[in-house]
Amino acid sequence: MAVIENIEMQDVEAQELAEARKRKMMAVAVPLGTALGLIALWQIGVKAFGVPTYIAPAPSDVAVTFVEKFPILLENFWPTLFESVAGFFVGNLAAILIAVAFVHSRHVERAFFPIAVFVNTIPILAIAPILVLIFGPGITAKVVIAALICFFPTLVNMVRGLQAVSPQALELARILSASKSEVFWKMRLPSSLPFLFSALKIAATTSVIGAIVGEWVGADLGLGALIIDATFNFNSPLLYATVFMSSGLSVIMFATVATVERAVIRW
Amino acid sequence: MLDGTNMDTAASLKRASVRFGSLTALQDVSLDIESGAFYTILGPSGCGKSTLLRLVSDLIPASSGEVSVLGKTTEQARLAREFAFVFQDATLLPWRSALKNVELPLEIGRSRGIQLPVGTRTPRELLELVGLKGRENALPHELSGGMRQRVAIARALVCQPKLLLMDEPFGALDEMTRDRLNLQLLDIWRETGTTILFVTHSISEAVFLGQKVVMLQAHPGRLRDVVEIKLPDPRTIKMRDTPEFNQYCGYLRDLLETC
Ligand SMILES: Nc1ncnc2c1ncn2[C@@H]1O[C@H](COP(=O)(O)OP(=O)(O)OP(=O)(O)O)[C@@H](O)[C@H]1O
Ligand SMILES: [Mg+2]
Repeated sequence: MAVIENIEMQDVEAQELAEARKRKMMAVAVPLGTALGLIALWQIGVKAFGVPTYIAPAPSDVAVTFVEKFPILLENFWPTLFESVAGFFVGNLAAILIAVAFVHSRHVERAFFPIAVFVNTIPILAIAPILVLIFGPGITAKVVIAALICFFPTLVNMVRGLQAVSPQALELARILSASKSEVFWKMRLPSSLPFLFSALKIAATTSVIGAIVGEWVGADLGLGALIIDATFNFNSPLLYATVFMSSGLSVIMFATVATVERAVIRW
Repeated sequence: MLDGTNMDTAASLKRASVRFGSLTALQDVSLDIESGAFYTILGPSGCGKSTLLRLVSDLIPASSGEVSVLGKTTEQARLAREFAFVFQDATLLPWRSALKNVELPLEIGRSRGIQLPVGTRTPRELLELVGLKGRENALPHELSGGMRQRVAIARALVCQPKLLLMDEPFGALDEMTRDRLNLQLLDIWRETGTTILFVTHSISEAVFLGQKVVMLQAHPGRLRDVVEIKLPDPRTIKMRDTPEFNQYCGYLRDLLETC
């Protein structure tokens, strides 16, 4: 009897495992299949209607270009990666420090928050040329633009996170006679981390947008420059390949932040 | 030293009042908490039970009157870690393991010379005392509500408080868990010799735990009566079926209705 039960149990478990695996596979297979289907449709459509390549290249053309022009793509990938990452760090660090200052002092918040909101209302495309004029055509302007685009969401989230400590936890701190800095390091900062990371995941992709916008305005190198170049030369396959490269960069940035988040936030 | 307090008094209120703007939450409460005793506090909702604990623990000041803890002002007592507080929800830091949560009070205030009583029990031993041996590294979300509350009790005990303030600590738990924790708390109380002030909504919990039941009345919050519970120690679950126990409950229920 015991043996039979055991076998049945194993059977049930195996069945459940198989079902879980199937569910997981479906979760990947369905969107992947849809994407492949759309690409196939695009290929067929372009070929069937004879759409000129410069208007809409067939996926096969893009793929060929991607392989052939890979050295050029990669050469332009590195500067954009550098600008995005540098902008990501500068912008988020500034946002975190200012958020700390805001939470520390109401006066600082009252003085600077309206300015931060105002800066945030200026479209990044409008402010990019100004920054390029100020910082020149070098890499600095792109880093600043990428930093600027990261800044505001992180600031807002970080302020919220630092204030997310429950009133009861603050009472506990008071009963323990904790100092302001102990409350900060032991309560406010850890409880802000989930808020911070949701902002950092946004910043991971927007910093790439910032870097590319900066390169549009003025650069010889970088994915943004390559996009402009390919567009003006009606080199659509290269344009599409560059766009894929750019979104690849965003995906890498996002995945990195998400991985760090999973390692840091276990609660 | 404040006058009129002797060392057998864990806490003392003299005509203490607490006002929030125009609302009087507590009015002229005079009460001596005997050292080493288990007090439970009963009263209708909003009568100022939490306010009383918050007053004793220096979370809010008295609008008038005097409050002292072990002959010190509440602030001095807080700085000397004479008392600890257990809230209705455990208030654990979710990113810290059970053990790390218990260690929190030991990490705070060291640099500023806040006196920490030298605990004879380590955080590990305290977790064992509350029956959580083996779960030291669990994060709060991996523990049940009752387990979390026990971690909070261990955390409260880590500085060896002479006075333990508990505001409906088991209010959110099911009856069976509550019974078990009540017995555990009585064991801890006997073993540590600490004074306990325990707020509850449950008449039977108040009678079961308390040597004295402090009855507050509402509008404005005032002391109604202190009822001594003369049930034999140690208390057992069975005791709740005795006529004496039920007499106390009946008496308090009637008293509560007039509050
Ligand atoms: N910080 C505060 N500001 C203003 N009013 C308050 C404050 N804290 C408590 N009160 C008021 O004081 C009165 C007593 O509140 P308290 O929390 O002490 O009641 P309680 O007896 O603990 O009630 P319950 O049994 O529902 O927990 C209530 O009328 C409440 O609204
Ligand atoms: Mg209350």
